[in-house]
Amino acid sequence: MSVQLSQEDEQMLNGQKGPAARMAMRIMVRMADVVEAPEMMDVSQAHIDGCGLLSETGLEFAETLAAKGAKVSIPTTLNMGPLDLQNWRRFGVNEDFAAKAIRQAKAYTDMGCIPTWTCAPYQSYLTPRFGRQIAWGESNAICYANSVLGARTNRYGDFIDICAAITGRVPKCGLHLKQNRKGQILLRLVDIDPAVMQSNAFFAVLGHLAGSLSDDKIPVIEGLPVKASSDQLKAFCAAAASSGSIALFHAVGITPEANTLEEAFQGGQPQRTIDIHLSDLQKAASELSTAREGTSLDLVMLGCPHFSYDEFRQLAGLIQAQTEKGRTLNPDVRFIVISSQTSYSLLQRSDFFDVLTDFGVEITLDTCMFHTPMVSKDTKVIMTNSGKCAYYAPGELAVQVAFGSMADCVDSAVKGFI
Amino acid sequence: MPNFNFAELLAYMSKGGDVEKILTGKPVVAGSAEGTALVSKEPISFWGGLCPHTGEIIDRRHELSGAIVTHRVFVFPQGRGSSTSSATLMESIKAGVAPAAIINLKVDPILALGSIVSDELYHKPVPIVVLSEKDFFSIRQNDHLTIKPDGTVKISTPPRRGGS
Repeated sequence: MSVQLSQEDEQMLNGQKGPAARMAMRIMVRMADVVEAPEMMDVSQAHIDGCGLLSETGLEFAETLAAKGAKVSIPTTLNMGPLDLQNWRRFGVNEDFAAKAIRQAKAYTDMGCIPTWTCAPYQSYLTPRFGRQIAWGESNAICYANSVLGARTNRYGDFIDICAAITGRVPKCGLHLKQNRKGQILLRLVDIDPAVMQSNAFFAVLGHLAGSLSDDKIPVIEGLPVKASSDQLKAFCAAAASSGSIALFHAVGITPEANTLEEAFQGGQPQRTIDIHLSDLQKAASELSTAREGTSLDLVMLGCPHFSYDEFRQLAGLIQAQTEKGRTLNPDVRFIVISSQTSYSLLQRSDFFDVLTDFGVEITLDTCMFHTPMVSKDTKVIMTNSGKCAYYAPGELAVQVAFGSMADCVDSAVKGFI
Repeated sequence: MPNFNFAELLAYMSKGGDVEKILTGKPVVAGSAEGTALVSKEPISFWGGLCPHTGEIIDRRHELSGAIVTHRVFVFPQGRGSSTSSATLMESIKAGVAPAAIINLKVDPILALGSIVSDELYHKPVPIVVLSEKDFFSIRQNDHLTIKPDGTVKISTPPRRGGS
């Protein structure tokens, strides 16, 4: 063991702070050696992703820690879980699965985690401040927290997230250190029509492309519209962290560590410069779809990551434009939106809630279509506006997927085909 | 340069046997394993890319889509994408369909984590070794690999047809 430990670290490792802290610290120290960190450091808040996937091993891990009396020592939020805790029956989830999911959820809340149950925690509760050292899980959340908020976290995988929350400590290395946060490659947007850059779908496609171009390097993107919204950056992060391993990116003039190009590179030069043209984006967009136009549609899935209040509002506007022309949701198409309890609470107070429910939009909370068995075996073709969802769907759900804008999804849902 | 005993090599070649090379790697998660190499130049996300119940590569856009990793020495540059890949690796270990070992070009903390937690909980780690670029690219599909806890990787390549 080569990492230098503080007195308190040693106490946790020796079991003086209890068996749960000991188990968590053992894992933390082994990981510190893997990444060759010289010492440990404090983190001020954590976000758990290990609560998401329901697996035998994950459940056993969580219950083992909880049974040892584990308690988080820092404010800790939870990513989406494997169950819509209130409405799972409505979505056809079976009792056995639900029972295990409820046990897993309880293990984490017993440990003191805050029941946020969302993959967009940065739009929900306890948004970390600029420069704060945090331990976050979930690839899209990690990317957003580092890039858009300027907080500092490494890519913490499932299981080390709760260890960081219990011990309050992480290896001092990687993106926790300023010198490791400088841009490495430059992606320049060339001759892209500003109108194209208004749509959320553009950000998802760009994210998918940037992820595959960057792999695990830190890209700096030049040419994005300064008014890029939280939802647009969310779409970018989700896609970029899926096709690549982007934990941090800089967007000149938009993200807080990139007021200028020079600041983004901390005075250094890019290792590579890649120009992105409209044709590159079109190619990336076509990669996201495996289903052809004209194919009969079974399911539209939006909310990957979780829908915000504003996205609900946008969707309502698109639906209203259809219903005003007498159009309705095709009876063979299911339209599901996934969101968080916090966004849903705001939605219920809006004047467009009924527009969504009257059309037939089904809203599920707390969960993820990849982690909860709500997509029936008969579902063959789905459509989404999420680059992340389109990326994983063919493998995880064994379906064909079509990627399009929110407007395309509504249009196809009405017509019954892509 | 690969590290091998020249006299041994000559003796093997004269018998028409397997060519052996011994590579020195960094043991990210120490352990012993052996198996045939399943090689890719493309990174992969274990979550959404590997089925933890069957051991099949399910990333339909990946060059190894459909291949089974079980008992193979899985050789790929590094992971990518999901931070849930640690859980997927651990689940595949519990199900008995995990690779025998993993060889990467770069340390992947998320995969290492899955193996380490599996060790802590079940005493069943999957050895992970990181090799230099030259050594990494010297491994061919289906090479027989033997991994030791000190990070050494022995490659046995079947002799070329018609050669000595």
